[in-house]
Amino acid sequence: MKLFKIRGGVHPEYQKRLTRKNEIEVLPMPPMLHMPLQQHIGARAEPEVNAGDKVKKGQVIALAKGMISAPVHASTSGTILGIHEFPAPHASGLPWQTITMKSDGKDEWGEMPPPMNPFESTPEEISDRVAISGVVGMGGATFPSAIKLYLGKSHQLKTLVINGSECEPYLTCDDRLMQEKADGVLDGARTIARALRVENVIIAIESNKPDALSVMKEATKGYSDVKVVGIPTRYPMGAEKHLIQVVTGVETPSGKLTADIGMVVHNVATAYAVHVAVRYGYPLMTRVVTVSGGAIKEPKNLLVPIGTPVGSLIDYCGGLTQEAHRILIGGPMMGQPLISTRSPVVKGTNGVLALTKEETRKQDEMPCIRCGSCVTACPCGLVPLEMAARIRKEELDAAVDIGLMDCVSCGACAYVCPSYIPLTQYFNYAKGRLKAIQGEQRKQEITKQLAEQREVRLVEQMRAKKEMLAKRKAEKAAKAAAQAEAKAAEEATAAPQEATSTEMTSSPPEVN
Amino acid sequence: MPNRSATEGGPYAHKKTSVQRTMVLVMVALVPATAYDLYLFGWPAINLFVITIASALMIEALCLVIARKPIVMFLTDGSAILTAWLLAMSLPPWAPWWIGVLGAGIAIVIGKQIFGGIGQNVFNPAMVARVALLISFPLEMTTFVAPSPLGTAGAPGFMDSLAFTFGLANSVDVVSSASVLGHVKTELSRGIPLQQALEGNYDLFAMTLGDASGSMGETSFSLILVGGLFLIIKRVISWHIPVAMLGTIAIMATLFNLINPAQYPDALFHLVSGATVLGAFFIATDLVTSPVTKRGQLLFGVGCGLLVYIIRTWTAYPEGMAFAVLLMNAMTPLIDRYIKPRVYGRTIKGDPLAPKGGS
Repeated sequence: MKLFKIRGGVHPEYQKRLTRKNEIEVLPMPPMLHMPLQQHIGARAEPEVNAGDKVKKGQVIALAKGMISAPVHASTSGTILGIHEFPAPHASGLPWQTITMKSDGKDEWGEMPPPMNPFESTPEEISDRVAISGVVGMGGATFPSAIKLYLGKSHQLKTLVINGSECEPYLTCDDRLMQEKADGVLDGARTIARALRVENVIIAIESNKPDALSVMKEATKGYSDVKVVGIPTRYPMGAEKHLIQVVTGVETPSGKLTADIGMVVHNVATAYAVHVAVRYGYPLMTRVVTVSGGAIKEPKNLLVPIGTPVGSLIDYCGGLTQEAHRILIGGPMMGQPLISTRSPVVKGTNGVLALTKEETRKQDEMPCIRCGSCVTACPCGLVPLEMAARIRKEELDAAVDIGLMDCVSCGACAYVCPSYIPLTQYFNYAKGRLKAIQGEQRKQEITKQLAEQREVRLVEQMRAKKEMLAKRKAEKAAKAAAQAEAKAAEEATAAPQEATSTEMTSSPPEVN
Repeated sequence: MPNRSATEGGPYAHKKTSVQRTMVLVMVALVPATAYDLYLFGWPAINLFVITIASALMIEALCLVIARKPIVMFLTDGSAILTAWLLAMSLPPWAPWWIGVLGAGIAIVIGKQIFGGIGQNVFNPAMVARVALLISFPLEMTTFVAPSPLGTAGAPGFMDSLAFTFGLANSVDVVSSASVLGHVKTELSRGIPLQQALEGNYDLFAMTLGDASGSMGETSFSLILVGGLFLIIKRVISWHIPVAMLGTIAIMATLFNLINPAQYPDALFHLVSGATVLGAFFIATDLVTSPVTKRGQLLFGVGCGLLVYIIRTWTAYPEGMAFAVLLMNAMTPLIDRYIKPRVYGRTIKGDPLAPKGGS
């Protein structure tokens, strides 16, 4: 198959050899599980349980809420201890709303939806099953997968690309999954294709995973709709728009979705989760996590119940051999530093890395020497040094003018910078700041709008009141006139009743 | 558990690189040519080389103290040494000590620190110093000597050379000799045809080796070329500026040589003489003062090449490398403003691509 070129990119030290040969081991069920309500992009899930409730394995403990959301399921059977704030597996370390449960050790299944044959089901049935199973993008993006499956209704889709590039250094969880569960990955990919109504599936795997490539090629023999493609090893090959360009040559216009050009990308682990959800009716409760890095005693690939504290994974791998300079969730390029190892593994956690100082190569920042390495490395055709110079002066709009919003925060520029300038951090700061400013502006606009509406309303009220009073006055006047008339008529007809009627009419007129 | 503050953003991996490493690689690339030139021009050249670098370091340290910047970090980044090194390469090898000191001062203070130090300067500091010296002290800056390698009969000894460099005694016989470019310019201006002017002065073999008079770095075509290729292989520089620059000079020279061979030297002459290769690989490619995009670098290289040829051919100066590079340095912000890569998903003008609706 013909491949196409993309610009930029870097070749980090992949360090995959630490875990690439290690078969996936099943981590024993920990005594306590912490399941955040927000393990996905979108609205937080709504808790369905209370402290003290007994739950079964696979039972829904929080429901999807709103348009973009995903439910959370109990990873084992046990007792809910409470819904409380717990350190998030996130750089901020801020507490997230989390359901904590205690395992009863029985691992008893609850009532699960029946297994389905995707190829005898409608696309809607598949998408609905994926939605209730809580499957999200497992490459780290954590976008609710069902939303992407429903795209088949609104968009004319042609190709599904299954992302097996795993371009982040150290991580081998997708590599191992493809080798050990090739049939499941393939079935999941074909299930997604059916939900999307596409007939063309491309499974793209970086050439540094020859074993996964050959296993997947073997598994797909006889399926004319599925192609397995070896793609060049380069970071960030797995960025969805770039991946699509490499395998199809089509570039996604800025500000558009890949679906707008007829393509959808799903990660291999997502495909596998879809396969499990559809064929077995099991929700997303476990995932494969690579535990690696120079400070980990025995790096491994583990099948981990969602909600397991990160510390349990590290302990299972023999603990740390030396003080880690950084403990990360995800890969070293786009991963997040972890504040507390009490934080749990969530749906998007593909790696837990404990890196030594030699591995992170942290150095003091120097001034930019305009070497242009970042320009060469940028896969998006941006000029990172100039964006950073503008952001440093807080000229955020100027940074947007030269393409800040086209930046995918892949970190390739910062990786190659000889001056160790934290370019990605500048860009993420600016994006966050702009979002906050926009939010503030929207708020102000709404406030202004409301104020204006109130003004209009008040004026309207005044007018209505005046009108009403005028009307009432007129009515009264008319009534008085009518009464006077009647009285005159009465007087004319019955003179003896004069006294009483005079009393009535002499009451003072209402003052306006 | 490293409860280190997580304020530093990713990535948490880094290429084996640094400003210092970049500077050191450039110096390594300069070593063969420099070593050979120092051998060729002997002790006075070594004195000048050492004096220039030492004074640059001292002046840099002083500037850092005044600016209250971290001294060790910036002094060891290698940029001051490299600037002084390139300046020394562009000086006449037997120039007196104060040329080196003054040059280093101009390069570091006016060329670099006034703009805010490393990375901030608009002009190549070494070339700022060279041009300032050339205009202020034309005699000292154009007194070239014929090579007299270390240990040969005519070469001055260490003590003699010290006295010579510091102007204490006139103990060394200076056999002055014009550079080839200078000689040709003088002869052409006297109406002597090119072929006659070149006779006995233009030994292609000697020039490619470096056995010719001129500034240190102007004389060793092949060793400079080796260093330049090393830089490209090590990816410190890309091929764009050197190729565009040398190509432009070659095309211009060939074109005019075809029109009138008696007046205009051919491409080979232009490529091996003067500071052509030094300029193309080491001066014009200065990271700070050249464009950041590859297309910008091509334009920059073409501009440098054109200016070098124009200055050499139609002005009073025999060599125009320093002027050409400085003029193009001034164009760099403009080039970077208008020549940018195409952003992913956008046209070169910056509008979003038209959706194609699938393939």
